[in-house]
Amino acid sequence: MTPLFELREVEKTFEIRRKGKKLGLRALDGVRLTITQGASIALVGESGSGKSTLLRVLLGLTPPTEGVALYQGRPIAQVRAENREFARNVAMVYQDARGSLNPRMTVEALITEPLRHFGICTAAQAPARVRALLARVGLAPEVAGRFPSEMSGGQVRRVAIARALASEPTVLVADEAVSGLDVSSQAQLLNLLRRLQAEMGLTLIFITHDLGVASYLCAEIAIMYLGRIVETGPTRAVLDAPAHPYARALRKAAPEFFAPLAEPLTGEIPSPIDLPPGCRFSGRCAYAQADCRLTDPALLRLNDHRAAACLHPLTQSFANV
Amino acid sequence: MAVIDVPRKRGTSHGIFRRRPFFTLACLVVLFFIACAAFASWIAPYDPLAQSIDAMMQPPGGDHLLGTDSYGQDILSRIIHGARYALLIGLGSVLLGATGGLILGVAAGLSKGWVEWVLVRIIDAILALPSLILAVAFIALLGQGVDKVTLAVGLSMIGPFSRTVRSDVLQVKSQLFVEAAGLMAIPRLHIIRRHILPNIIFPLCVQVTVRVSEAVLVSASLSFLGIGVTPPTPDWGLMISEGRGFVSFAPWMSGMPGLALAALLIALAIMGDGIREEYDPKLRQGR
Ligand SMILES: Nc1ncnc2c1ncn2[C@@H]1O[C@H](COP(=O)(O)OP(=O)(O)O)[C@@H](O)[C@H]1O
Ligand code: SF4
Ligand SMILES: [Mg+2]
Repeated sequence: MTPLFELREVEKTFEIRRKGKKLGLRALDGVRLTITQGASIALVGESGSGKSTLLRVLLGLTPPTEGVALYQGRPIAQVRAENREFARNVAMVYQDARGSLNPRMTVEALITEPLRHFGICTAAQAPARVRALLARVGLAPEVAGRFPSEMSGGQVRRVAIARALASEPTVLVADEAVSGLDVSSQAQLLNLLRRLQAEMGLTLIFITHDLGVASYLCAEIAIMYLGRIVETGPTRAVLDAPAHPYARALRKAAPEFFAPLAEPLTGEIPSPIDLPPGCRFSGRCAYAQADCRLTDPALLRLNDHRAAACLHPLTQSFANV
Repeated sequence: MAVIDVPRKRGTSHGIFRRRPFFTLACLVVLFFIACAAFASWIAPYDPLAQSIDAMMQPPGGDHLLGTDSYGQDILSRIIHGARYALLIGLGSVLLGATGGLILGVAAGLSKGWVEWVLVRIIDAILALPSLILAVAFIALLGQGVDKVTLAVGLSMIGPFSRTVRSDVLQVKSQLFVEAAGLMAIPRLHIIRRHILPNIIFPLCVQVTVRVSEAVLVSASLSFLGIGVTPPTPDWGLMISEGRGFVSFAPWMSGMPGLALAALLIALAIMGDGIREEYDPKLRQGR
């Protein structure tokens, strides 16, 4: 079966100017990722590790500088240009939900737009549909007449989710959709997403920097560090016995789930403008050996489900999987 | 899951009059002038064009509340009728400038490559000259008269309007909801019409109220320079100019229309500032 999304050696370099000099900032570097239909995958990593850029590549908003990004076996840019199917099937919930909603449109107009645009229903049926979608995300029907500015952050996220669901997508992509909310709103939204995933068979791609959120919502996890996915696998297995030293450090820094990551590690994160030679984690890695500073490890299979980008994966802990 | 009802924030549109006493006063002054303009024929005690050799240069008081000019025309009646011209030319030219600025600014904001380059150069070129100088130049091309003055002042205001419209377009264009619409594969023209323009029009309306006073001032200046509205039209700028030669012994001839002009300009400026401070999202963030 062709996977839904496949990234092969994806690299994204942004040209930036610093002190008059042109520099290349490698936001993504050697990213390998396969997402199958119906999967739920969490992208975890510190701020600046390239999670949002990876999403933008998946959505076809950012063309990769190198490598290929495929949707059902065909280049994403090509699929997107062909027709509206991709736009309808892959819906996005932005990190800045408020910014993603036109402030001059009412909730009703905001949700009606995709309904009408994708021909989901007739103009006459739209109001009932809007209310059904609002009910689905736990909002009262009266909300339909309001503007985003009249609503709280949690409400606006719900509206953004309702709007994303309007096109009846098969893939829901969410960038930190619950971060910055109070705990009860977070829990409600997570429950909602989990229920939607179960009911609608959604493929869920979920960015978070919260390991608790990842393990609650997603069966798979991909841990990013400085533009590369350094470990992937089933969430439980990876968090119980991380194979990559960075994943292990992350796990140890967050002994209690449902708390955003504090600064997890000692040592400076290198700048993505000049990456160190060899392994990008070597400067902070407790397990680093001499060859780590020479060879840049690629993401390689450890077993059928798991992969890590490390020359010396933590096999002891990995053995008990 | 519990259905959450969102309490609606109370609108503050009534509060603005209570919170801003000067703004309220300014609105009343502007309303007063609008009423004068609308009902000039009923309010004015005399025909503004009726000349009388017997009543030349009478000081304020008596039969003529604000005195008469060197032709014996009643200054109060001329000021009341003059409000009509001031407001008509001011509003007309601002709307003209705003429309032109909207078209040019949106085109410059949305275009790319050499088209954008050319449009931005055009806007910069217009902006390089003060609006009064530009208006004088247009008058030189168009000739005099109420309609010509409106047109000239309107054209001279396209520059500032198009600059703000362009920067608004650039700002809105880069917002997330525009990208989100693109992600939904909504056609570009729809995005412009439904998502970009509505977010441009509102700040533009605020700009219009801010710039009315400038338009009134420029048109009065043209008349004062003797190249705007032609006599004997009861235009304030013209009246100030006509009274200039008599300032030492009949100061009311210039003074009365001057006061009217100053009152209207100040009121319009305070009103425009109030509206801008209240509704301009860029200024509002701090609240
Ligand atoms: N458009 C861009 N231009 C230049 N640099 C960018 C751009 N987008 C992202 N970056 C850089 O790429 C890196 C990864 O960013 P991002 O994908 O937003 O990380 P994350 O979402 O994990 O916080 C950061 O160093 C960021 O500064
Ligand atoms: S390759 Fe070496 S430095 Fe890099 S994570 Fe593995 S052990 Fe640490
Ligand atoms: Mg991000």
